[in-house]
Amino acid sequence: MNDRDTTPAAGLSRRKLLGAAGVGALTVGALGAGAGYAVGDKPVAVVPDRDALPIDFDGRHQAGIVTPAQDRLHFAVFDMTTEERDDLVSLLKDWTKAARQMAQGNDIGDFGAVAGAPYSPPEDTGEALGLPPSGLTVTIGFGRSLFVDASGAPRFGLDGQLPDRLVVMPGFSGDRLDPAISDGDIAIQACANDPQIAVHAIRNLARIAFGRASVRYSQMGFGRTSSTSTAQVTARNLFGFKDGTANIKVEEKKDVEDFVWVQDGDGPAWMTGGSYLVSRKIDMRIETWDREPLNGQETIVGRAKGSGGPLSGGDEFAAIDFDAKDDAGQPLIDMKSHLRLAHPDTNGGAKLLRRGYNFVDGSNGLGQLSAGLFFIAYQRDPEAQFVRIQRSLAGLQNDLLSEYIVHVGSGLFACPPGVGPQGYWGEGLFA
Amino acid sequence: MNKLLASVGIAALATVGLAACASDPSETSSASGALTVKATDSDCTVSASKLDAGPSTFKVTNAGSKVTEFYVYADGDRIMGEVENVGPGLTRNLIVDLPKGTYEGACKPGMIGDGIRQTLTVTGEATAPLSDSEELTAAADSYARYVKSQSDTLVVKTTEFVDAVKAGDVEGAKKLFPIARTYWERIEPVAEQFGDLDPITDGREPDAKAEGVDFTGWHRIEKQLWVEGNTEGMDPYADQLLSNVKQIVAKGQDAPLTALELAQGSKGLLDEVATGKITGEEDEFSHTDLWDFKANIEGSQAAISSLRPVLIDQDPDLVKDIDAKFAALDTELNQYQDKSTGEWTFYDQLTEQQIKQLSDSVAALSEPISKVAAVVAKSA
Repeated sequence: MNDRDTTPAAGLSRRKLLGAAGVGALTVGALGAGAGYAVGDKPVAVVPDRDALPIDFDGRHQAGIVTPAQDRLHFAVFDMTTEERDDLVSLLKDWTKAARQMAQGNDIGDFGAVAGAPYSPPEDTGEALGLPPSGLTVTIGFGRSLFVDASGAPRFGLDGQLPDRLVVMPGFSGDRLDPAISDGDIAIQACANDPQIAVHAIRNLARIAFGRASVRYSQMGFGRTSSTSTAQVTARNLFGFKDGTANIKVEEKKDVEDFVWVQDGDGPAWMTGGSYLVSRKIDMRIETWDREPLNGQETIVGRAKGSGGPLSGGDEFAAIDFDAKDDAGQPLIDMKSHLRLAHPDTNGGAKLLRRGYNFVDGSNGLGQLSAGLFFIAYQRDPEAQFVRIQRSLAGLQNDLLSEYIVHVGSGLFACPPGVGPQGYWGEGLFA
Repeated sequence: MNKLLASVGIAALATVGLAACASDPSETSSASGALTVKATDSDCTVSASKLDAGPSTFKVTNAGSKVTEFYVYADGDRIMGEVENVGPGLTRNLIVDLPKGTYEGACKPGMIGDGIRQTLTVTGEATAPLSDSEELTAAADSYARYVKSQSDTLVVKTTEFVDAVKAGDVEGAKKLFPIARTYWERIEPVAEQFGDLDPITDGREPDAKAEGVDFTGWHRIEKQLWVEGNTEGMDPYADQLLSNVKQIVAKGQDAPLTALELAQGSKGLLDEVATGKITGEEDEFSHTDLWDFKANIEGSQAAISSLRPVLIDQDPDLVKDIDAKFAALDTELNQYQDKSTGEWTFYDQLTEQQIKQLSDSVAALSEPISKVAAVVAKSA
């Protein structure tokens, strides 16, 4: 994280192009908190604009993993439409270049959205003109099917590069997975505080991919459901509960190394410094949940709905006492509550860095919200972490929450380490 | 025009070697003498393989049992001349002006496939390369020849279709519907210039309803044939269709497309595929969308072929990319054609996965094609 290069990428600044708009905001962002200026006699407090300064694209790790979770998500999964190794390499190079430009708040290409030849389709699609970088991070991951085909034969000459940890995701009881929104060759997670910026990123990368890869599915998310920094307040999921209280935070350096980043010797060298992304599209049965009494909802989750504190007592961050009992001798935190079954204590200490988003894809034909959680988690070893925890939740013990949710999409992707200013995503695969 | 044509594409063609067909060194035609082309269902024999530069006349005799066509192709299947619709036992003439270079003559028994090909080598005086603007004029001329050949057959096939409709021959009309439309779809950018004629000829029912006008044209008759299974009340629509097609053809020949319009048209045809054909909404009653699909692609390819000399000069990598993407799309598409009958799979029988793969291939081609207009504009 400390060895990021801040050399600006080539390209046109969206803001420069539109003149001086936003300069004030940039300055403010640069100064950070505490800055102010005077209008007439009165000093005016200035709120720093968190969206004005870009998040570094280059670095030892990819941005978008331990980066404090932004508000919005556009997640897309691509399938390669060619079997040529050169096409894969050129796609990764072209994508990296464009993602680096967009993260800087620039148009993509040499001429961007409006400076090109009049009879050429613009290189950049243009809907981000005039908008700040908005905390955009673009993060890539490779699915198992990029390395081997259905028969197990290597693709793209990637023999011997498939990490053991990039497993075939086992099935879990209660899964109702739709293959059309599961798996896939390459995942791209675009996160930003402005949904227009996240969509712009995916749209332009999809366009670059035509002829080499096509979108298998994509998912919009709003409202982060996890905080990944102690500086962030804990957000709520669509069940109305605080989600991610006990998440791994960027400040917890030991946990981040132990549970998020792939270390030397964990697998093929190209993955060192990377992480494994598990995505699960989880539909929520919103309407039946809303009819559940408050105490029922709290029992199911294991936390108080208002404060987020564990039912064993205390505020959101109070230590959890799984042994605490009520007057009748019943555990205060139900044996099948989500909190207990998902907790590291129940799972041999396994932890995840969660980075999920709420979604609402309109309504279904019955007028019910098509809504839920697009769960994203990063980890060093999917079997030891996500799979272990999910077995505890979905297995015979059965999380009480299972009655209100159904997993409909699933993915597991190997996210390579970050790149230097001249590097490209996944370059270690082709060294 | 002859002077221009005489040197079209020399740069592109002179070095191209075509591997297929061993050439026969024995005969050379004289520039004025007629060549004969004997076409059967399995052979295509041109009486000479070495030609002098300048105009040559090909007398194409169909000794086979299927209707055939004869094409003279330059590099990249750019059509230098063609004669279509040569029935069994008939002889038709094709005069084509060929500059020095290597070509292929191709017969297409049954009017499908890549044809049975023979290499033709043209030798003679090379003239100075064309200026950019002359190249563009030549491109527009080359496409005008394509439009002419397609228009002629469009009128013939539309007449056959209309005759079948008026004779109450439902099965015959159903067979002719996608075939006549093939010629229509290949030159759709021409029709689209005429904003009043296009909707009444090729409009769709929901649009006619929304506009509060009578639903007419190809799709009105399509609906009657496939939904009602008869031709009742179709006579006026059939007459109007033929009259409109003839008007469009006449207007199109009076107002040929410029090279830039041509470049935009090549993209427009792919957009047609991406929006109208891929959804299966164009031929919603007959599900013969793949005929139209293929024809749009062929039309786009013809436009690119006409522009090829310009593009090769300006951006050879783009041409390489376009060629590769056309080939990939052809491979994807051609698996749905029955090679013996020339008929295509009905669109409602394709799976979602198959449609996605077609869509991917069209998108892959559309990206490089969208860059052609800028290259042409730069040359102008």
